[in-house]
Amino acid sequence: MKIAVASGKGGTGKTTVSTNLAKLIEKEYEKKEDHRVWFLDCDVEEPNAHLFLKPSFTASKPVLVKVPQIDLEKCDYCARCSEVCAFNALAVLKEKIIFFEHMCHSCGSCTYFCPQEAIKEVSREVGVVQEGFCDDMGFTHGILNVGEAISPPVIDEVKSYQDWARVTIIDVPPGTSCPVIAALKDIDFCLLVTEPTPFGLNDMGLLVDLLRSLNIPFAVVINRSDLGNEKVEMFCREEKIPVFLKIPFDKEIARISAEGGSLVEEVPWVRDSFSDLWSKIKEMLGLWV
Amino acid sequence: MGLKEIVVISGKGGTGKTSIVGSFAYLASETVLTDCDVDAADLHLLLKPKIKEENVFYGGKKAFIHETKCSECGLCQEMCRFGAIEDFKVETIFCEGCHFCYYLCPEEAVEMKDEASGHWFISETGYGSLIHARLGVAAENSGKLVATVRQKAREVAWEKEARYILTDGPPGIGCPVIASITGADLALVITEPSVSGFHDLERVVNVTKHFNIPSLVCINKYDLHPGKSREIEEYCARENIQIGSRISFDSQVIESLLEGKPLVEFSEGTAAQEIKSLWQEILDTINKREAGKSD
Repeated sequence: MKIAVASGKGGTGKTTVSTNLAKLIEKEYEKKEDHRVWFLDCDVEEPNAHLFLKPSFTASKPVLVKVPQIDLEKCDYCARCSEVCAFNALAVLKEKIIFFEHMCHSCGSCTYFCPQEAIKEVSREVGVVQEGFCDDMGFTHGILNVGEAISPPVIDEVKSYQDWARVTIIDVPPGTSCPVIAALKDIDFCLLVTEPTPFGLNDMGLLVDLLRSLNIPFAVVINRSDLGNEKVEMFCREEKIPVFLKIPFDKEIARISAEGGSLVEEVPWVRDSFSDLWSKIKEMLGLWV
Repeated sequence: MGLKEIVVISGKGGTGKTSIVGSFAYLASETVLTDCDVDAADLHLLLKPKIKEENVFYGGKKAFIHETKCSECGLCQEMCRFGAIEDFKVETIFCEGCHFCYYLCPEEAVEMKDEASGHWFISETGYGSLIHARLGVAAENSGKLVATVRQKAREVAWEKEARYILTDGPPGIGCPVIASITGADLALVITEPSVSGFHDLERVVNVTKHFNIPSLVCINKYDLHPGKSREIEEYCARENIQIGSRISFDSQVIESLLEGKPLVEFSEGTAAQEIKSLWQEILDTINKREAGKSD
């Protein structure tokens, strides 16, 4: 079971919801065998879940992408490589080739089409993936290297862990473009975290369109539900989108979250709300308890 | 003084970038506004633009296989690095537009079609011109759309002889952020006093350093956790990063948002006053740097 937690708008409490839900499920499964929960942080530009789950890391590996390396002994500067590159990553001048590594999408065209076989592919590191455990819960996150523009290769590497456990919780980056698509690939269900403000409503609408186009079932969590108006709930009613949880603004919650604390462990009413949320998810997906 | 670009970013989303830019828009004069958070653009909700010009954005091309020409040899499927071709059909959402299959196909059955992946707009608001965009859902190449928006903003600014371009930037540190900040004169980085806010601030500040963009840090809602605010300020002092006025948690921020008005237009409260000081600090910082250059 792969459950993604996404938000459209940043800062709505996505990581608060994903990490607390994972902890709650982990506690629920604690006494049974082979029920391991795995947490994937796919927000590789700004990964934060480790600040709340505090995993001990057991392994770390670089994320490598393939980039061309040109053998100037063999190259005759015919510029075929530059012609087939759709991303303008190669410029061929008279007896000089400039490669813009940040523009390269690692498609392999230049290497394949070089008539002189002067290009071979070498690896370039764009980020790292770390794995570890928080008690019995598995944890994987990716970290995009500073200055790198293209995050999906790092996300894909994190996603390669998504079938390792009975329940996988996936923290999705904000927005609706390529990194989000990469993080949502092959999931069963999505929780959409929003806030009841005009910004929350607008960005939620964009994500709803995306989830529908990908045929992913979803439900909504409204965070800071008392700081705003009724329009998010009205939208959900009109669109027949279930609202599974409302979390009111609370300075105590804000303080615990600000310090990287665990709400389901420290605040009883939050634990009850998340327990209720998990029941609703299971009911919607027809899962046995 | 030449045209100056100020871009507001945050690393972490939801720290208050757009609300603050909305207030700056009210305070600023001779300024062209842009919204470069093309993935989840919200600034228009505050500034109520009247669209003057609407343009289709073509992010790139996508492969399309003509069934009648395809001999089902499978070469394209085998070579596509993005897993975008299945049963001799292209799954557009996964196609990177790399053209590999187009050049590869022995039957010339692949056509590369322009993909309309969004819109960009030139609008007028009560606060000045706004250049903004909407990336289509699931569309790619947000960096290119950001670059388009910034280029248009410069053209409009030259035409109107504006002095500043003020940009609402995207969250994160990847492609659209890099496209938003490169070449800007100042990055205002909005953070909040939490472990996430702090962690994301460090990452995004490293990006601004990497691209040599001067930064000014502002802690929003600083009183929600004074201890974390102090930690952030100590970090900035250690790293020699300029820190601007703090902004208080103020329920009027949400009230103004629900009214669809910039905070400083709606309220005379604490947060509004703090935002006014911050805007003055930004102008002072830019003017000082300019004076430093001409010395």
